[in-house]
Amino acid sequence: MKLDSLIPSPLRKPAKPGEGNGAKGQAPADLKTAPPERPSHTEKLVDKAKEAPVDVLAWVDQRTAASGFLTGMLFRKVPKGTNWFYTLGSATLFAFIVQAVTGVFLAMFYTPSTTQAYASISHINNEVFLGAFVHGMHKWGSSVMVILIFLHMGRTFFFGAYKYPRELNWVIGVVLLILTMTMAFTGYLLPFDQRSFWASVVGININGTGPVIGPYLSDFLRAGPELGATTLSRFYAIHMLLLPGAIIALIGAHMYLVVKLGTTAPPWVRAEKPKLAAPVTKLDAGAEGNGAAPPR
Amino acid sequence: MADEADKQNGAETSSRPERAKPDPPGYFEGESMTRRRAFTVAAQGLGGIAGAAIVLPAVGFAVAPIFHRGKERWEVVGPVDDFVADTYRQVVFTETEGIGDAGKTTAYVRKGSKQFGESPNEVVAVSNRCAHLGCPVSYVEAAGNFICPCHGGVYDFQGKRLGGPPVRPLDQFQTRIRNGQVEVGPRYSVTSQLEPVRARDPGEFTGGIWEYLYPPRPSTFPPPSG
Repeated sequence: MKLDSLIPSPLRKPAKPGEGNGAKGQAPADLKTAPPERPSHTEKLVDKAKEAPVDVLAWVDQRTAASGFLTGMLFRKVPKGTNWFYTLGSATLFAFIVQAVTGVFLAMFYTPSTTQAYASISHINNEVFLGAFVHGMHKWGSSVMVILIFLHMGRTFFFGAYKYPRELNWVIGVVLLILTMTMAFTGYLLPFDQRSFWASVVGININGTGPVIGPYLSDFLRAGPELGATTLSRFYAIHMLLLPGAIIALIGAHMYLVVKLGTTAPPWVRAEKPKLAAPVTKLDAGAEGNGAAPPR
Repeated sequence: MADEADKQNGAETSSRPERAKPDPPGYFEGESMTRRRAFTVAAQGLGGIAGAAIVLPAVGFAVAPIFHRGKERWEVVGPVDDFVADTYRQVVFTETEGIGDAGKTTAYVRKGSKQFGESPNEVVAVSNRCAHLGCPVSYVEAAGNFICPCHGGVYDFQGKRLGGPPVRPLDQFQTRIRNGQVEVGPRYSVTSQLEPVRARDPGEFTGGIWEYLYPPRPSTFPPPSG
Protein backbone atom coordinates (compact mmCIF):
# COMPACT_ATOMS: atom_id res chain seq x y z
CA MET A 1 0.00 0.00 0.00
CA LYS A 2 1.36 3.37 -0.93
CA LEU A 3 1.80 5.82 1.90
CA ASP A 4 0.27 8.56 -0.20
CA SER A 5 -3.09 6.88 -0.11
CA LEU A 6 -3.11 7.18 3.69
CA ILE A 7 -2.55 10.91 3.73
CA PRO A 8 -5.58 13.06 3.06
CA SER A 9 -5.00 15.22 0.02
CA PRO A 10 -4.73 18.52 1.91
CA LEU A 11 -1.92 17.02 4.00
CA ARG A 12 0.08 15.71 1.07
CA LYS A 13 3.25 17.48 0.18
CA PRO A 14 2.43 19.91 -2.58
CA ALA A 15 4.05 19.05 -5.91
CA LYS A 16 6.78 21.33 -7.13
CA PRO A 17 5.85 23.48 -10.09
CA GLY A 18 6.21 21.49 -13.30
CA GLU A 19 6.37 18.14 -11.53
CA GLY A 20 2.72 17.70 -10.71
CA ASN A 21 0.70 15.02 -12.37
CA GLY A 22 -2.19 16.82 -13.92
CA ALA A 23 -3.59 13.71 -15.63
CA LYS A 24 -6.54 11.99 -14.01
CA GLY A 25 -5.33 8.52 -15.06
CA GLN A 26 -5.14 6.58 -18.25
CA ALA A 27 -8.48 6.28 -19.99
CA PRO A 28 -9.17 3.04 -21.91
CA ALA A 29 -8.40 3.37 -25.59
CA ASP A 30 -11.89 2.46 -26.65
CA LEU A 31 -14.74 2.06 -24.20
CA LYS A 32 -16.70 -0.16 -26.61
CA THR A 33 -14.01 -2.79 -27.20
CA ALA A 34 -12.71 -2.69 -23.62
CA PRO A 35 -15.59 -2.05 -21.25
CA PRO A 36 -14.56 -1.31 -17.65
CA GLU A 37 -14.57 -4.39 -15.49
CA ARG A 38 -17.05 -4.31 -12.65
CA PRO A 39 -15.29 -4.71 -9.28
CA SER A 40 -16.20 -7.84 -7.40
CA HIS A 41 -17.74 -7.74 -3.91
CA THR A 42 -14.38 -8.50 -2.25
CA GLU A 43 -12.62 -5.82 -4.25
CA LYS A 44 -15.19 -3.29 -3.14
CA LEU A 45 -14.64 -4.28 0.49
CA VAL A 46 -10.87 -4.02 0.10
CA ASP A 47 -11.25 -0.61 -1.46
CA LYS A 48 -13.43 0.50 1.41
CA ALA A 49 -10.95 -0.83 3.96
CA LYS A 50 -8.15 0.98 2.15
CA GLU A 51 -10.03 4.23 2.35
CA ALA A 52 -11.04 3.88 5.99
CA PRO A 53 -7.94 5.59 7.44
CA VAL A 54 -8.33 8.41 4.94
CA ASP A 55 -11.95 8.78 5.91
CA VAL A 56 -11.06 8.95 9.61
CA LEU A 57 -8.40 11.59 9.02
CA ALA A 58 -10.74 13.52 6.76
CA TRP A 59 -13.45 13.37 9.43
CA VAL A 60 -11.06 14.87 11.99
CA ASP A 61 -9.72 17.39 9.51
CA GLN A 62 -13.19 18.58 8.59
CA ARG A 63 -13.88 19.37 12.22
CA THR A 64 -10.50 20.83 13.24
CA ALA A 65 -9.11 22.25 10.00
CA ALA A 66 -5.77 20.99 11.31
CA SER A 67 -4.39 20.17 7.87
CA GLY A 68 -3.80 23.80 6.94
CA PHE A 69 -1.83 24.37 10.11
CA LEU A 70 0.07 21.09 9.78
CA THR A 71 1.03 21.63 6.14
CA GLY A 72 2.18 25.13 6.99
CA MET A 73 4.27 23.77 9.84
CA LEU A 74 5.65 20.61 8.23
CA PHE A 75 6.30 21.89 4.72
CA ARG A 76 7.56 25.34 5.57
CA LYS A 77 10.45 26.68 3.57
CA VAL A 78 13.94 26.49 5.02
CA PRO A 79 16.84 28.59 3.85
CA LYS A 80 19.64 27.33 1.66
CA GLY A 81 22.53 25.94 3.69
CA THR A 82 20.37 24.39 6.41
CA ASN A 83 22.49 21.59 7.87
CA TRP A 84 22.77 19.08 10.69
CA PHE A 85 23.45 21.80 13.27
CA TYR A 86 19.83 22.85 12.82
CA THR A 87 18.68 19.57 14.35
CA LEU A 88 20.08 20.38 17.80
CA GLY A 89 16.84 22.05 18.89
CA SER A 90 14.78 19.02 17.86
CA ALA A 91 17.34 16.82 19.60
CA THR A 92 16.87 18.81 22.82
CA LEU A 93 13.11 18.46 22.46
CA PHE A 94 13.52 14.72 21.98
CA ALA A 95 15.70 14.55 25.10
CA PHE A 96 12.97 16.37 27.01
CA ILE A 97 10.33 13.94 25.76
CA VAL A 98 12.52 11.03 26.90
CA GLN A 99 12.78 12.66 30.34
CA ALA A 100 9.04 13.23 30.51
CA VAL A 101 8.13 9.67 29.52
CA THR A 102 10.70 7.91 31.72
CA GLY A 103 9.87 10.31 34.56
CA VAL A 104 6.20 9.36 34.48
CA PHE A 105 7.08 5.69 34.74
CA LEU A 106 9.64 6.27 37.50
CA ALA A 107 6.97 8.12 39.48
CA MET A 108 4.92 4.91 39.52
CA PHE A 109 7.52 3.28 41.77
CA TYR A 110 9.21 6.20 43.53
CA THR A 111 8.28 7.31 47.05
CA PRO A 112 9.19 10.90 47.94
CA SER A 113 9.76 10.19 51.61
CA THR A 114 13.06 10.65 53.40
CA THR A 115 12.88 7.22 54.93
CA GLN A 116 11.70 5.35 51.82
CA ALA A 117 13.11 7.29 48.86
CA TYR A 118 16.44 5.46 48.77
CA ALA A 119 14.76 2.09 49.24
CA SER A 120 12.30 2.78 46.43
CA ILE A 121 15.14 3.72 44.07
CA SER A 122 16.99 0.51 44.99
CA HIS A 123 13.76 -1.37 44.34
CA ILE A 124 13.47 0.26 40.90
CA ASN A 125 17.09 -0.50 40.05
CA ASN A 126 17.29 -4.04 41.35
CA GLU A 127 13.86 -5.62 41.27
CA VAL A 128 11.51 -3.87 38.84
CA PHE A 129 11.57 -5.33 35.32
CA LEU A 130 13.76 -3.01 33.17
CA GLY A 131 13.79 -0.61 36.14
CA ALA A 132 17.52 0.02 35.94
CA PHE A 133 17.11 0.80 32.23
CA VAL A 134 14.31 3.33 32.70
CA HIS A 135 16.09 4.93 35.67
CA GLY A 136 19.32 4.99 33.67
CA MET A 137 17.59 6.66 30.73
CA HIS A 138 16.27 9.34 33.07
CA LYS A 139 19.54 9.81 34.93
CA TRP A 140 21.87 9.93 31.91
CA GLY A 141 19.22 11.54 29.74
CA SER A 142 19.24 14.57 32.01
CA SER A 143 22.93 15.12 31.28
CA VAL A 144 22.26 14.58 27.57
CA MET A 145 19.54 17.21 27.66
CA VAL A 146 21.77 19.76 29.41
CA ILE A 147 24.57 19.13 26.89
CA LEU A 148 22.21 19.37 23.91
CA ILE A 149 20.58 22.56 25.15
CA PHE A 150 24.00 24.20 25.41
CA LEU A 151 25.00 23.00 21.93
CA HIS A 152 21.70 24.33 20.59
CA MET A 153 22.39 27.65 22.29
CA GLY A 154 25.90 27.72 20.83
CA ARG A 155 24.53 27.05 17.33
CA THR A 156 22.04 29.90 17.73
CA PHE A 157 24.77 32.21 18.96
CA PHE A 158 27.44 31.41 16.39
CA PHE A 159 24.98 31.45 13.47
CA GLY A 160 23.64 34.82 14.63
CA ALA A 161 20.16 33.34 14.80
CA TYR A 162 19.30 35.40 17.90
CA LYS A 163 19.14 38.66 15.95
CA TYR A 164 16.07 40.57 14.86
CA PRO A 165 13.30 39.41 14.68
CA ARG A 166 14.20 36.39 16.85
CA GLU A 167 15.33 38.12 20.06
CA LEU A 168 12.22 37.04 21.96
CA ASN A 169 12.88 33.42 21.05
CA TRP A 170 16.40 33.77 22.45
CA VAL A 171 14.93 35.12 25.68
CA ILE A 172 12.46 32.22 25.89
CA GLY A 173 15.35 29.85 25.20
CA VAL A 174 17.38 31.32 28.05
CA VAL A 175 14.43 30.86 30.41
CA LEU A 176 14.16 27.27 29.19
CA LEU A 177 17.87 26.80 29.90
CA ILE A 178 17.41 28.07 33.46
CA LEU A 179 14.37 25.84 33.96
CA THR A 180 16.33 22.85 32.65
CA MET A 181 19.16 23.54 35.09
CA THR A 182 16.62 23.87 37.92
CA MET A 183 15.14 20.58 36.78
CA ALA A 184 18.55 18.93 36.97
CA PHE A 185 19.18 20.46 40.41
CA THR A 186 15.87 19.39 41.95
CA GLY A 187 16.08 15.92 40.41
CA TYR A 188 19.52 15.36 41.93
CA LEU A 189 18.15 15.16 45.48
CA LEU A 190 15.44 12.61 44.74
CA PRO A 191 17.45 9.35 45.06
CA PHE A 192 18.37 10.61 48.56
CA ASP A 193 21.70 8.86 48.76
CA GLN A 194 24.88 10.41 50.16
CA ARG A 195 25.78 12.07 46.87
CA SER A 196 22.29 13.54 46.39
CA PHE A 197 22.11 14.77 49.95
CA TRP A 198 25.45 16.55 50.05
CA ALA A 199 25.17 17.89 46.51
CA SER A 200 21.83 19.45 47.45
CA VAL A 201 23.24 20.82 50.71
CA VAL A 202 26.04 22.48 48.76
CA GLY A 203 23.68 23.72 46.03
CA ILE A 204 21.25 25.26 48.50
CA ASN A 205 24.12 26.90 50.38
CA ILE A 206 25.39 28.42 47.13
CA ASN A 207 21.90 29.90 46.68
CA GLY A 208 22.20 31.27 50.19
CA THR A 209 25.33 33.27 49.44
CA GLY A 210 23.29 35.79 47.44
CA PRO A 211 23.17 38.95 49.54
CA VAL A 212 19.98 40.00 51.37
CA ILE A 213 17.54 37.51 49.78
CA GLY A 214 19.93 34.54 49.67
CA PRO A 215 19.28 33.33 53.24
CA TYR A 216 15.51 33.47 52.69
CA LEU A 217 15.84 31.68 49.36
CA SER A 218 17.70 28.87 51.11
CA ASP A 219 14.98 28.62 53.76
CA PHE A 220 12.36 28.53 51.01
CA LEU A 221 14.14 25.71 49.16
CA ARG A 222 14.62 23.67 52.34
CA ALA A 223 11.25 24.59 53.85
CA GLY A 224 13.12 25.37 57.06
CA PRO A 225 16.51 26.09 58.53
CA GLU A 226 17.84 22.59 57.87
CA LEU A 227 17.42 20.09 55.07
CA GLY A 228 14.46 18.03 56.24
CA ALA A 229 11.55 15.82 55.30
CA THR A 230 9.65 18.59 53.55
CA THR A 231 12.72 19.50 51.48
CA LEU A 232 12.45 16.23 49.58
CA SER A 233 8.72 16.52 48.89
CA ARG A 234 9.20 20.16 47.94
CA PHE A 235 11.93 19.27 45.44
CA TYR A 236 9.78 16.42 44.16
CA ALA A 237 6.79 18.70 43.57
CA ILE A 238 8.94 21.32 41.86
CA HIS A 239 10.67 18.64 39.79
CA MET A 240 7.63 16.80 38.51
CA LEU A 241 4.74 19.26 38.67
CA LEU A 242 5.86 22.86 38.55
CA LEU A 243 8.80 22.81 36.14
CA PRO A 244 7.50 20.35 33.52
CA GLY A 245 4.37 22.45 33.05
CA ALA A 246 6.40 25.62 32.67
CA ILE A 247 8.84 23.93 30.29
CA ILE A 248 6.09 22.47 28.09
CA ALA A 249 4.35 25.84 27.86
CA LEU A 250 7.57 27.63 26.95
CA ILE A 251 8.58 24.96 24.42
CA GLY A 252 5.22 25.58 22.77
CA ALA A 253 5.91 29.32 22.59
CA HIS A 254 9.47 28.64 21.40
CA MET A 255 8.33 26.39 18.56
CA TYR A 256 5.48 28.69 17.59
CA LEU A 257 7.99 31.46 17.06
CA VAL A 258 10.31 29.16 15.09
CA VAL A 259 7.49 28.27 12.72
CA LYS A 260 6.20 31.82 12.60
CA LEU A 261 9.53 33.50 11.95
CA GLY A 262 11.32 30.74 10.03
CA THR A 263 14.96 29.77 10.48
CA THR A 264 18.06 31.68 9.47
CA ALA A 265 20.58 30.69 6.86
CA PRO A 266 24.08 29.96 8.13
CA PRO A 267 26.27 33.06 8.12
CA TRP A 268 28.41 31.75 5.25
CA VAL A 269 25.44 31.60 2.87
CA ARG A 270 25.05 34.96 1.16
CA ALA A 271 21.75 36.31 0.00
CA GLU A 272 21.38 35.75 -3.75
CA LYS A 273 21.31 38.79 -5.92
CA PRO A 274 18.06 39.15 -7.82
CA LYS A 275 18.54 37.82 -11.34
CA LEU A 276 18.08 40.32 -14.11
CA ALA A 277 15.97 39.45 -17.12
CA ALA A 278 18.83 40.05 -19.52
CA PRO A 279 22.51 40.21 -18.61
CA VAL A 280 23.70 43.77 -18.65
CA THR A 281 27.06 43.93 -20.35
CA LYS A 282 29.25 46.77 -21.39
CA LEU A 283 27.16 49.25 -19.47
CA ASP A 284 30.33 50.93 -18.39
CA ALA A 285 33.27 49.49 -20.22
CA GLY A 286 35.79 51.52 -18.28
CA ALA A 287 34.80 50.20 -14.84
CA GLU A 288 36.35 46.73 -15.21
CA GLY A 289 39.66 48.16 -16.26
CA ASN A 290 39.83 50.24 -13.08
CA GLY A 291 40.04 47.29 -10.76
CA ALA A 292 36.36 47.27 -9.81
CA ALA A 293 34.85 43.98 -8.75
CA PRO A 294 33.85 41.81 -11.70
CA PRO A 295 30.13 41.28 -12.10
CA ARG A 296 28.90 38.12 -10.47
CA MET B 1 1.30 69.72 2.82
CA ALA B 2 -2.07 71.31 2.89
CA ASP B 3 -3.43 71.85 -0.54
CA GLU B 4 -6.82 72.39 -2.13
CA ALA B 5 -7.79 68.74 -1.80
CA ASP B 6 -7.11 68.74 1.94
CA LYS B 7 -9.31 71.71 2.41
CA GLN B 8 -12.06 69.99 0.52
CA ASN B 9 -11.66 66.76 2.47
CA GLY B 10 -11.64 68.61 5.75
CA ALA B 11 -8.10 68.03 7.07
CA GLU B 12 -8.63 70.94 9.42
CA THR B 13 -11.52 69.63 11.42
CA SER B 14 -11.25 72.32 14.06
CA SER B 15 -12.48 74.87 11.60
CA ARG B 16 -15.78 73.06 11.42
CA PRO B 17 -18.24 72.35 14.24
CA GLU B 18 -17.63 68.82 15.64
CA ARG B 19 -20.40 66.40 14.83
CA ALA B 20 -21.70 64.64 17.95
CA LYS B 21 -20.59 61.00 18.13
CA PRO B 22 -23.38 58.46 18.22
CA ASP B 23 -23.87 57.09 21.71
CA PRO B 24 -22.38 53.62 22.26
CA PRO B 25 -24.87 50.84 22.93
CA GLY B 26 -26.30 50.87 26.43
CA TYR B 27 -25.27 54.45 27.07
CA PHE B 28 -27.59 56.87 28.75
CA GLU B 29 -27.06 60.56 29.00
CA GLY B 30 -25.23 61.61 32.13
CA GLU B 31 -23.51 58.26 32.64
CA SER B 32 -19.77 58.44 33.13
CA MET B 33 -19.32 54.82 32.06
CA THR B 34 -21.19 52.70 29.59
CA ARG B 35 -22.90 49.52 30.71
CA ARG B 36 -20.50 47.51 28.57
CA ARG B 37 -17.50 49.11 30.19
CA ALA B 38 -18.95 48.68 33.68
CA PHE B 39 -19.53 44.98 33.09
CA THR B 40 -16.05 44.55 31.65
CA VAL B 41 -14.46 46.15 34.70
CA ALA B 42 -16.68 44.19 37.07
CA ALA B 43 -15.95 40.87 35.37
CA GLN B 44 -12.21 41.50 35.34
CA GLY B 45 -12.28 42.63 38.95
CA LEU B 46 -14.19 39.54 40.06
CA GLY B 47 -11.82 37.34 38.06
CA GLY B 48 -8.88 39.03 39.72
CA ILE B 49 -10.36 38.50 43.18
CA ALA B 50 -11.07 34.85 42.39
CA GLY B 51 -7.52 34.39 41.11
CA ALA B 52 -6.01 36.07 44.15
CA ALA B 53 -8.16 33.93 46.45
CA ILE B 54 -6.43 30.85 45.02
CA VAL B 55 -2.92 32.13 44.38
CA LEU B 56 -2.26 34.07 47.59
CA PRO B 57 -2.99 31.21 50.04
CA ALA B 58 -1.00 28.82 47.84
CA VAL B 59 2.02 31.13 47.79
CA GLY B 60 1.68 31.73 51.52
CA PHE B 61 1.54 27.98 52.07
CA ALA B 62 4.78 27.50 50.14
CA VAL B 63 6.57 30.45 51.75
CA ALA B 64 5.37 29.93 55.35
CA PRO B 65 8.31 27.71 56.43
CA ILE B 66 10.61 30.74 56.11
CA PHE B 67 8.87 32.32 59.08
CA HIS B 68 8.38 29.20 61.14
CA ARG B 69 10.77 28.35 63.97
CA GLY B 70 10.71 24.79 65.22
CA LYS B 71 10.74 23.69 68.82
CA GLU B 72 14.02 24.18 70.67
CA ARG B 73 15.71 20.81 70.97
CA TRP B 74 18.23 19.66 73.58
CA GLU B 75 19.83 16.26 73.45
CA VAL B 76 22.04 14.48 75.97
CA VAL B 77 25.37 13.50 74.42
CA GLY B 78 27.14 11.98 77.43
CA PRO B 79 28.35 12.55 81.01
CA VAL B 80 30.60 15.55 81.72
CA ASP B 81 33.49 13.29 82.66
CA ASP B 82 33.65 11.94 79.09
CA PHE B 83 34.99 15.24 77.81
CA VAL B 84 38.40 16.89 78.28
CA ALA B 85 39.75 20.35 77.59
CA ASP B 86 42.70 19.60 75.33
CA THR B 87 41.01 17.52 72.64
CA TYR B 88 37.61 16.95 71.07
CA ARG B 89 35.25 14.05 71.29
CA GLN B 90 32.89 13.44 68.41
CA VAL B 91 29.17 13.18 69.19
CA VAL B 92 26.26 12.51 66.85
CA PHE B 93 22.79 13.80 67.64
CA THR B 94 19.53 14.63 65.89
CA GLU B 95 19.19 18.17 64.60
CA THR B 96 16.12 17.71 62.39
CA GLU B 97 13.45 15.31 63.55
CA GLY B 98 11.43 12.96 61.41
CA ILE B 99 13.87 12.14 58.62
CA GLY B 100 15.93 9.41 60.23
CA ASP B 101 19.68 9.39 59.79
CA ALA B 102 19.58 12.29 57.35
CA GLY B 103 18.49 14.56 60.19
CA LYS B 104 21.51 13.78 62.34
CA THR B 105 24.52 16.01 62.65
CA THR B 106 27.96 15.78 64.19
CA ALA B 107 29.56 18.05 66.78
CA TYR B 108 33.03 18.05 68.32
CA VAL B 109 32.72 18.58 72.06
CA ARG B 110 35.34 19.56 74.66
CA LYS B 111 35.46 21.23 78.04
CA GLY B 112 36.34 24.90 78.34
CA SER B 113 40.04 25.68 78.41
CA LYS B 114 41.75 28.42 80.43
CA GLN B 115 44.10 28.89 77.50
CA PHE B 116 41.24 30.52 75.55
CA GLY B 117 39.75 32.34 78.53
CA GLU B 118 36.94 29.84 79.03
CA SER B 119 35.61 28.49 82.28
CA PRO B 120 36.48 24.82 82.96
CA ASN B 121 32.83 24.30 83.89
CA GLU B 122 31.51 25.12 80.46
CA VAL B 123 31.37 22.85 77.45
CA VAL B 124 32.17 23.85 73.89
CA ALA B 125 30.42 22.08 70.98
CA VAL B 126 31.79 22.86 67.52
CA SER B 127 29.68 21.91 64.50
CA ASN B 128 31.36 19.81 61.83
CA ARG B 129 29.54 21.72 59.10
CA CYS B 130 32.07 23.56 56.97
CA ALA B 131 31.44 27.31 56.77
CA HIS B 132 32.20 27.23 53.07
CA LEU B 133 29.40 25.14 51.54
CA GLY B 134 28.36 22.75 54.27
CA CYS B 135 30.52 19.68 53.77
CA PRO B 136 31.38 17.71 56.90
CA VAL B 137 34.78 18.63 58.35
CA SER B 138 36.72 16.29 60.61
CA TYR B 139 39.04 17.05 63.49
CA VAL B 140 42.54 15.81 62.75
CA GLU B 141 44.22 15.02 66.07
CA ALA B 142 47.78 15.10 64.75
CA ALA B 143 47.39 18.58 63.24
CA GLY B 144 45.04 19.92 65.89
CA ASN B 145 42.97 21.33 63.05
CA PHE B 146 39.57 20.82 61.48
CA ILE B 147 39.97 19.93 57.80
CA CYS B 148 37.27 19.89 55.13
CA PRO B 149 37.51 17.18 52.44
CA CYS B 150 35.62 19.08 49.74
CA HIS B 151 37.55 22.24 48.97
CA GLY B 152 40.37 22.26 51.46
CA GLY B 153 39.06 24.52 54.22
CA VAL B 154 41.21 24.43 57.38
CA TYR B 155 40.22 25.64 60.88
CA ASP B 156 42.28 25.87 64.05
CA PHE B 157 41.55 24.14 67.35
CA GLN B 158 38.87 26.69 68.27
CA GLY B 159 37.26 26.50 64.85
CA LYS B 160 38.69 29.77 63.55
CA ARG B 161 39.47 29.80 59.86
CA LEU B 162 43.11 29.17 59.01
CA GLY B 163 42.92 28.77 55.26
CA GLY B 164 40.92 27.77 52.24
CA PRO B 165 37.59 29.10 51.02
CA PRO B 166 35.52 29.25 54.27
CA VAL B 167 34.19 32.70 55.08
CA ARG B 168 33.93 32.45 58.87
CA PRO B 169 34.74 30.11 61.78
CA LEU B 170 32.87 26.87 62.31
CA ASP B 171 29.39 27.09 63.81
CA GLN B 172 28.81 26.05 67.41
CA PHE B 173 25.96 24.57 69.40
CA GLN B 174 24.59 25.88 72.66
CA THR B 175 25.51 23.60 75.55
CA ARG B 176 24.39 23.10 79.14
CA ILE B 177 25.04 20.63 81.90
CA ARG B 178 22.05 18.97 83.54
CA ASN B 179 22.46 16.25 86.20
CA GLY B 180 26.07 15.69 85.21
CA GLN B 181 25.09 15.15 81.60
CA VAL B 182 26.18 17.37 78.71
CA GLU B 183 23.30 18.54 76.52
CA VAL B 184 23.61 20.25 73.15
CA GLY B 185 20.99 22.61 71.85
CA PRO B 186 20.39 25.01 68.95
CA ARG B 187 23.04 25.96 66.47
CA TYR B 188 24.56 29.43 66.33
CA SER B 189 27.21 31.04 64.17
CA VAL B 190 30.19 33.09 65.31
CA THR B 191 32.10 36.06 63.99
CA SER B 192 35.80 35.90 63.27
CA GLN B 193 36.31 36.95 66.92
CA LEU B 194 34.09 34.03 68.05
CA GLU B 195 31.30 36.35 69.17
CA PRO B 196 28.00 34.47 68.92
CA VAL B 197 25.48 35.59 66.31
CA ARG B 198 22.31 33.99 64.94
CA ALA B 199 22.88 30.87 62.89
CA ARG B 200 23.81 31.55 59.29
CA ASP B 201 24.01 29.14 56.40
CA PRO B 202 27.44 28.13 55.19
CA GLY B 203 28.97 30.56 52.71
CA GLU B 204 27.55 33.62 54.47
CA PHE B 205 29.88 36.07 56.22
CA THR B 206 29.19 37.17 59.79
CA GLY B 207 29.87 40.34 61.75
CA GLY B 208 29.96 44.01 60.76
CA ILE B 209 28.08 44.97 57.62
CA TRP B 210 27.57 41.32 56.74
CA GLU B 211 24.94 41.12 59.46
CA TYR B 212 22.80 43.29 57.15
CA LEU B 213 23.82 41.75 53.82
CA TYR B 214 23.04 38.29 55.18
CA PRO B 215 20.14 39.11 57.49
CA PRO B 216 19.28 36.67 60.27
CA ARG B 217 16.45 34.32 59.36
CA PRO B 218 13.30 34.05 61.48
CA SER B 219 13.62 30.26 61.38
CA THR B 220 16.79 30.27 63.52
CA PHE B 221 17.21 30.63 67.28
CA PRO B 222 18.70 33.70 68.95
CA PRO B 223 22.37 33.27 69.90
CA PRO B 224 23.32 32.66 73.55
CA SER B 225 23.67 35.95 75.40
CA GLY B 226 27.09 36.78 76.76
